[in-house]
Amino acid sequence: MTDLSVSVSSNAHLASQQPLPEAPAKVTVRNLNFYYGEHHALKNINLTLGTNRVTAFIGPSGCGKSTLLRIFNRMYDLYPGQRATGQLMLDQTNILDPKLDLNLLRARVGMVFQKPTPFPMTIYENIAFGIRLYEKISKSEMDDRVEKALRGGALWNEVKDKLNASGLSLSGGQQQRLCIARTVAVRPEVILFDEPCSALDPISTAKVEELIQELSENYTIAIVTHNMQQAARVSDKTAFMYLGELIEFDDTSKIFTSPSDRRTQDYITGRFG
Amino acid sequence: MAVQSDAPAMDAAGPYDRAKALSAFKLGDVTFYWITRLSAISVLLILGGIIVSLIIGAWPAAKAFGFEFLWTQRWAPSADPPVLGALSPMYGTLVTSIIAMVIAIPVGLGIAIFLTELCPQWLRRPIGIAIELLAGIPSIIYGMWGFFVLGPFLAYTFQPFMIDTFGSVPVLGAIFAGPPSYLSLFNAALILAIMVLPFITAISVDVFKTVPPVLKEAAYGVGCTTWEVVRSVVIPYTRVGVIGGIMLALGRALGETMAVTFIIGNSFRISSSIFAPGTTISAAIASEFAESDGLHQSALILLGLLLFVLTFFVLAAARLMLLRLEKKAGK
Repeated sequence: MTDLSVSVSSNAHLASQQPLPEAPAKVTVRNLNFYYGEHHALKNINLTLGTNRVTAFIGPSGCGKSTLLRIFNRMYDLYPGQRATGQLMLDQTNILDPKLDLNLLRARVGMVFQKPTPFPMTIYENIAFGIRLYEKISKSEMDDRVEKALRGGALWNEVKDKLNASGLSLSGGQQQRLCIARTVAVRPEVILFDEPCSALDPISTAKVEELIQELSENYTIAIVTHNMQQAARVSDKTAFMYLGELIEFDDTSKIFTSPSDRRTQDYITGRFG
Repeated sequence: MAVQSDAPAMDAAGPYDRAKALSAFKLGDVTFYWITRLSAISVLLILGGIIVSLIIGAWPAAKAFGFEFLWTQRWAPSADPPVLGALSPMYGTLVTSIIAMVIAIPVGLGIAIFLTELCPQWLRRPIGIAIELLAGIPSIIYGMWGFFVLGPFLAYTFQPFMIDTFGSVPVLGAIFAGPPSYLSLFNAALILAIMVLPFITAISVDVFKTVPPVLKEAAYGVGCTTWEVVRSVVIPYTRVGVIGGIMLALGRALGETMAVTFIIGNSFRISSSIFAPGTTISAAIASEFAESDGLHQSALILLGLLLFVLTFFVLAAARLMLLRLEKKAGK
């Protein structure tokens, strides 16, 4: 009951929202299939991520949302026996090209994980580390970039007096914003969020969501979430996935008010999943 | 009445039985507590006993030679009066251990990194098992192999090459001075390096495996290469464990006796060349203890005490270094 009333109220909020105009495609997915060894995990996925739009992926556990996200930056490449077929374009670059420079790809497609993952170094170094991989810049320029990134991660005011403290000394929410700042610092084009708030308290969650909204002015964002209110709040488009298939992909307001597939409706009203 | 008196009796029987059962547990608990406590205390007693008996055994030599024992190079037990000094065994111990660590640390860490980060799945087990077997070879076999195979091999190949190449360079020339020899500090150090390699590798592999996969993914996610992930995330994250493994290996290298006694040459002379024969504290004790008596024996025990102190200081220095590192990392 409570579930329903919450989703109804957020739907009401959505109904008043005007869907943004169609954006040019940043990432194009065509007939994408993915296999964990023999297991066929993703079946014929077709969708596009619009430039500077937030696309949310929802669906019950094990439906393949995180798997899909990990294809966008070829993270699956780290593990043997996992492979993808089909077409996946980032602008004009074929992401699935085996000869692609993965380090450059990951500089263009950043990722924020479910658990905060600060590196075992100082707060300053956590940010500077990523920048140094691609650019040789002076100390003062680096100071600038670090400050800008931390401001971008809405963390600057909380850490400006302790930049030399360990990244591990921050609270969970701060660590997650540090990770977002670190991702932003490398100046990617696309940022992937894999359930970024599932380990955070409500206040930190609100801050991160606000941040995602701000980031969408400059970055193309894909976010996997189990929290449907979150998907409704932050995203422009929503994809509903179920058992490795993309069931429905449309404007967020449409998905949450009048989904065209029965399964989508059942899921967002809490009837299964 | 009968019923009423029965009921309290049964009530009383309940708690009474529970208390009895609990006291039985309690006895077991106390016994267990004392057994574990005595086991722990016995460590202190054994350690104290060893130190005390070493001091008692070493006392005559310490009284006879005083602090000069530390910087006397000559070792002449049959002179009259005998002149005995610890400088050359101490020098040999430190030099062989340092060279061994210089060789074993990069190779050991390299193997560990390869095994955990880069190695294809099918090759992982064979290499892992080979490393474990390396640790299982008795030290006497390393000694024999070093004496009959590695020593001659080095004396005909590596040593002449180094002597020819660096012989005329100012400082290096003194370190790599000829003539080549089957028995030398360097050969002993190389054997030591092979012997301590499994310690470094096994412990590093174990601690590298504790790095959360998501942390590595995050590093790959900002675009790191494998080398950058290892250098900036895996090693800093596991630094304490890796240094612990290195210290364990160093402790083994400092005290290793049998293999070193075979191949170091047991010569009480300090030479700048690492291709010259030398001796270590443990090799000196092992090779002379059987035919020693009186002051000579006491001097050997004093050497043992020195090794004990040396090892203690190395471990203490390692602890201190770890503390500093942790402070620097801002923990």
